[in-house]
Amino acid sequence: MPPIPGSGLAKGLAVTLRTMTKKTVTAQYPDVQPELPPRSRGVIALFEENCTVCMLCARECPDWCIYIDSHKETVPAAAPGGRERSRNVLDRFAIDFSLCMYCGICIEVCPFDALFWSPEFEYAETDILELTHERDKLRAWMWTVPEPPALDPGAEEPKEIAAARKTAEKLEAQRAQEAQQAQEAQQAQEAQQTQQAQQTKKEAEGEE
Amino acid sequence: MNDALDVALRLVIVFAVFMVLPLVVGQTEHKVMAHMQGRLGPMYAGGFHGWAQLVADGVKFAQKEDIVPAEADRRIFQLAPAVALLPYLLVLVAVPIGPGEGAVGQVVDAGIFFVLAVMGVGVLGSLMAGWASANKFSLLGGLRTAAQLLAYELPMLLAAASVAMAAGTVSLPGILDAFEWWWLPWQIVGALVFFVAGLAELQRPPFDMPVADSEIIFGAYTEYTGLRFALFLLAEYAGIVVLCALTTVLFLGGWHGPFGADGLGWVWTLLKVAVLAFVVIWLRVSYPRLREDQLQKLAWTTLIPLALAQIALTGIVKVAIN
Repeated sequence: MPPIPGSGLAKGLAVTLRTMTKKTVTAQYPDVQPELPPRSRGVIALFEENCTVCMLCARECPDWCIYIDSHKETVPAAAPGGRERSRNVLDRFAIDFSLCMYCGICIEVCPFDALFWSPEFEYAETDILELTHERDKLRAWMWTVPEPPALDPGAEEPKEIAAARKTAEKLEAQRAQEAQQAQEAQQAQEAQQTQQAQQTKKEAEGEE
Repeated sequence: MNDALDVALRLVIVFAVFMVLPLVVGQTEHKVMAHMQGRLGPMYAGGFHGWAQLVADGVKFAQKEDIVPAEADRRIFQLAPAVALLPYLLVLVAVPIGPGEGAVGQVVDAGIFFVLAVMGVGVLGSLMAGWASANKFSLLGGLRTAAQLLAYELPMLLAAASVAMAAGTVSLPGILDAFEWWWLPWQIVGALVFFVAGLAELQRPPFDMPVADSEIIFGAYTEYTGLRFALFLLAEYAGIVVLCALTTVLFLGGWHGPFGADGLGWVWTLLKVAVLAFVVIWLRVSYPRLREDQLQKLAWTTLIPLALAQIALTGIVKVAIN
């Protein structure tokens, strides 16, 4: 059946009228903060307490935009007669965000969970040189890192929790075993005592 | 009342309507168009949902330099915006908004003739601008305007003639006095032809070939800046108001309504004008621009035969009633 003449025109009018009654999609950004999806890549935050100055991030960075300075400190022996230890102390940690391409390799590669994605994105500067942000700023961004989103229902348990639970179960089992052993020992002792008492009784009867 | 004072008062009111309604239509267009495209439109100017956007635009236009090209025909070039805008003001004087002498700027006996003739003058502004600019895009725009004017003036006049036949008068208040509700289905074809031809004469999308910005920059207005350009834009919106008011008066029964026609006639008129203005905006958002030959084809092979058929129908029914 051929379409009714003018049905296309009517359809066009219907589309615009329907769109008018729907909610607009405009983001009123400076007035209203955008609703960012989880794991948004805004800026890289540094949890410097976890950093061991292993330099892996700086070496893996494809842009060479991470600057790390450190020095060695000697820690006195923990126990008398022990050996002195040395450790690295972080002096400078800076990321040049004019070079960074937000690939996130540094975050992936960090073995100590010292680098995180933060959704913060309002750090524009008027001078490109000021885009090199130092450790205090990177540390401050750590506060904007969101909690990791909840796992999907039915997902595999996180490794940390699995390990902790295994340890707890092991401890529980050990404690239960000990308690059982103690109970058995007590029972055995009680049985021995009654036996002894009976024996002494018999002996006393025999003497009479 | 003193005659001079009476005339002055009427002119002031008409002028106020002429300054306010086009801006209201323009602002509505900003907002309706935005929402039809899933946007919000102006939100800042004036504080509340950008209500003062057009005022801000006007201030901006007034600040701009008024440039006349060196090769342009100076006087004609400078006169064109006024020629484009003023006819609509004159038309508004003759449009009755409510019943009685008090609700019309000036009763003109040959109302339809006056109104359509003066409206035709408005298009001359574009022609003058296109010729005087000494710019090939302006000239192309002017030529397209002329072609469009030739094609669409005819169906518009024929459709209006049909109403004049039905009412037996060419006076606008006279037509409204004779109006009956069953004129709506009777003259519906004429109403559609009149409205579409009017849109084309205003060069509103989808009939905006004379200013087609993707083809010929901005047609006849290419060389204009500042206040003169703003006047051309204002003329377009004043034209919408006038076209909607005329369609209301000729075909939709003006101040007649299902109820409250006695005291609130002017509310009915304004309501009908507002609905028609919304339709004008709606059509602009929904349809793409016609090609130049499609435009001519629509006028000569569709609108004019329809208008002639409407006149025939009007004549037959008129004779049958009598």
